[in-house]
Amino acid sequence: MDALLTAFGLVLDPYVLLVIAGSAAFGLFVGAVPGLTATMATALLVPVTFFMEPVPAIAAIVTATAMAIFSGDIPGCLVRIPGTPASAAYTDEAYAMTRKGQAEQALGAGLVFSALGGIFGSIVLVLAAPALAEVALRFSSFEYFWLVCLGLTCAVFISTGDPVKGLISLFLGLSVSLVGLDNPAGYPRLTFGSIELLGSVSFIPTMIGMFAVSEIIRWAASPGAAPFHVQNNIGNVFTGMGRMMVTYRRQLLRGSVLGTLIGALPGAGADIAAWIAYAMSKKLSKEPEKFGTGHPEGIVESGAANNAAVSGAWIPALVFGIPGDSITAIVIGVLYMKGMNPGPTVFMNNAPQLYAVFIVFFIANLMMLPFGWAAIKAAKQILRMPRSVLMPIILLFCIVGSFAINNTAFGVGLMLVFGIVGYLMESNGIPVAPAILGLVLGALLEDTFVSSMIKSDGNIWGLFERPIAGTLGAVTLLVWFAPLLIRTMRRWQAPAS
Amino acid sequence: MNRRSLFALAAGAAMVAFAGTAAAWPTRPITMVVPWGAGGGTDATARVIGSLLEKELGQPVNVVNRTGGSGVVGHTAIATASPDGYTLGIMTVEINMMHWQGLTKLTHENYTPIAIYNIDPAGVQVAADAPYKSIKDLLDAIKANPGKLKASGTGQGGIWHLAIAGMLKDAGIDPAAAPWVPSQGAASGLQDMVAGGVQVVPCSIPEARAMLDAGKVRSLVIMDGKRNPVYPDVPTLKEATGSDWTMAAWRAVVGPKGLPKEVTDKLLPALKKIHGSKEFRDFMAKQGFGVFWAEGAEATAFLTKSNTALGDVMKAVGIAK
Repeated sequence: MDALLTAFGLVLDPYVLLVIAGSAAFGLFVGAVPGLTATMATALLVPVTFFMEPVPAIAAIVTATAMAIFSGDIPGCLVRIPGTPASAAYTDEAYAMTRKGQAEQALGAGLVFSALGGIFGSIVLVLAAPALAEVALRFSSFEYFWLVCLGLTCAVFISTGDPVKGLISLFLGLSVSLVGLDNPAGYPRLTFGSIELLGSVSFIPTMIGMFAVSEIIRWAASPGAAPFHVQNNIGNVFTGMGRMMVTYRRQLLRGSVLGTLIGALPGAGADIAAWIAYAMSKKLSKEPEKFGTGHPEGIVESGAANNAAVSGAWIPALVFGIPGDSITAIVIGVLYMKGMNPGPTVFMNNAPQLYAVFIVFFIANLMMLPFGWAAIKAAKQILRMPRSVLMPIILLFCIVGSFAINNTAFGVGLMLVFGIVGYLMESNGIPVAPAILGLVLGALLEDTFVSSMIKSDGNIWGLFERPIAGTLGAVTLLVWFAPLLIRTMRRWQAPAS
Repeated sequence: MNRRSLFALAAGAAMVAFAGTAAAWPTRPITMVVPWGAGGGTDATARVIGSLLEKELGQPVNVVNRTGGSGVVGHTAIATASPDGYTLGIMTVEINMMHWQGLTKLTHENYTPIAIYNIDPAGVQVAADAPYKSIKDLLDAIKANPGKLKASGTGQGGIWHLAIAGMLKDAGIDPAAAPWVPSQGAASGLQDMVAGGVQVVPCSIPEARAMLDAGKVRSLVIMDGKRNPVYPDVPTLKEATGSDWTMAAWRAVVGPKGLPKEVTDKLLPALKKIHGSKEFRDFMAKQGFGVFWAEGAEATAFLTKSNTALGDVMKAVGIAK
């Protein structure tokens, strides 16, 4: 109890509150700029936190990342450039809502359910961190292999229309992920002697190209196309959110739980959580036909999931010093620097500081509401701009974002190439989202499979030998073959009756 | 008028010429290229050095991560930059390994070494519930059942892969008797070991620190001449088996080849001051990084020796081309 009181004292210091407010604004900005990720926000903060006390240092990172993951939704929704990879799963859905004139509602849902998901993840972090971390630590490459397979299965669900076209797109993404040196054998593949390609096709420029540049090309090809429908009577962002919370309470809970669990797994973070949550939402929805046409249900579930994952990632990081994602990988370094060495002992040795960090988690997620509201108000104005002015500006941001991720012009080239690829795909009815998913998961699929095979000396049944892996494997195979099985059984039964 | 403007022009030109030489270095922000990702050990040390260097030189130092290709991309970016002192970088032990594997033509000779600032020797970690109480137990187990125990902790042919391969060879065991499972880094290798996926992770002690403190893994030995002061109970390989085998990862601040003397004359004292500063020492000690210093001819000798030694081992264990 004393520790908790001390913790409140530590957080309610004016300096700490000022740091939190400053990092909130910083996080919102970084997240909303395409190409700048939540991970980069953290890396940029590290030299600054170097000169701070432990609590404000950690508070700065917690706040900035929570804000960045939410604000990544803003450009995704308004101009179809996901600000961070964690928003890519539902960018098309949110953009479809914007085109229907429901930008307010899409962003409002993203904001409110991001905050709720984040709070849920924080509660789990406070109450169950040590127990959950033990479970997360049981995951080896065998378990991750099946998890990735389940993730890839999402491609079929997230693609609107023909599943075959979704698979074509997925395999294109998987093929692109083969390029480079970062494969289990450490052997250069498909690099054509280029040093840049040795570093593999980076994900951010590809994503920007496929989503945003393809959209610009489409506009340039037919500039007369219908402009955005902007509601003149701009209501409150929060209008209707109460009703949504009731309607989608199950989706909110499901997304939050899934996000926290995936975040707690050391091999998967907010982006994978968002993809799986979106697919699950569609699969279990009562009205799956509305998905992809501008329907908030999937945004609720995956918006909650990616913010819950940000909190969940701290679980293995605090308990065992094993990063749950790329953000906490940096955080662990800062924790050491501040004398809050991660490990079970941190709960005893640094109890007041740790409780203070937990309190900051709640403050950050609550503060997201007013800060996010202001950001949406400001950002929304861009929809009023004439498209002939807006499109070149978007292109400018695309170029800056593609350049910024690695500070190389090669990224800009990649962006242009994949912009054309994305345009050609979409004009032939092939969705781009599964390709992005394939690119995200391709390397992980190969790594986990090859590792598992080395460990089991090439025995394929090794993938089923461990209890968790066996269960995940059975579930995956069931999802793949159940429709086929049911159909075959029906066909057998039909002549009999 | 005419003459005066001519004079002004000449003066202006002289000033431009003056600003153009490196004598006034640095007059604009410096880029520090890190060949590894944000959050890793190289990135962490680079960012600390960067922020302290900023105070010393009075110009911003931007740390830029050029990742991918197991370090090839970032190392190439440093080597091919213009040697004007405005692009510096962190060079890591992999520069002396990649060219033996045929991944690049670059060697440490393509750089101007300023100073080597850190060395982390390899350790040998096993899971806390593993039956191996000493390195002898482990070596016996590997010898008795070749191929059964798997090791992990970095990519194929990486520094820790080399550490265990060399140790086994020195003990008269086939290096292939402990097959290598490639991983993204030490943290994921350790996690995999605790999950029961692999049995040995030969990474450095600072990388295993949280898991050691959590009581999840045990450190059997350190491949160095002396014990780590933070973990004085872990014996050196020499003490445990009598083997002379050592292996360590190192990091150095470098520039492209042909860095002007004006730059190094200013950069080296600044780095030396940082290296001795309380901020830097506290940071390194807290993270558990080993502090080391070598400059000038000493650094070049160190790099040449490291290059030959690594090449010999890589050929002996069959990783080199």
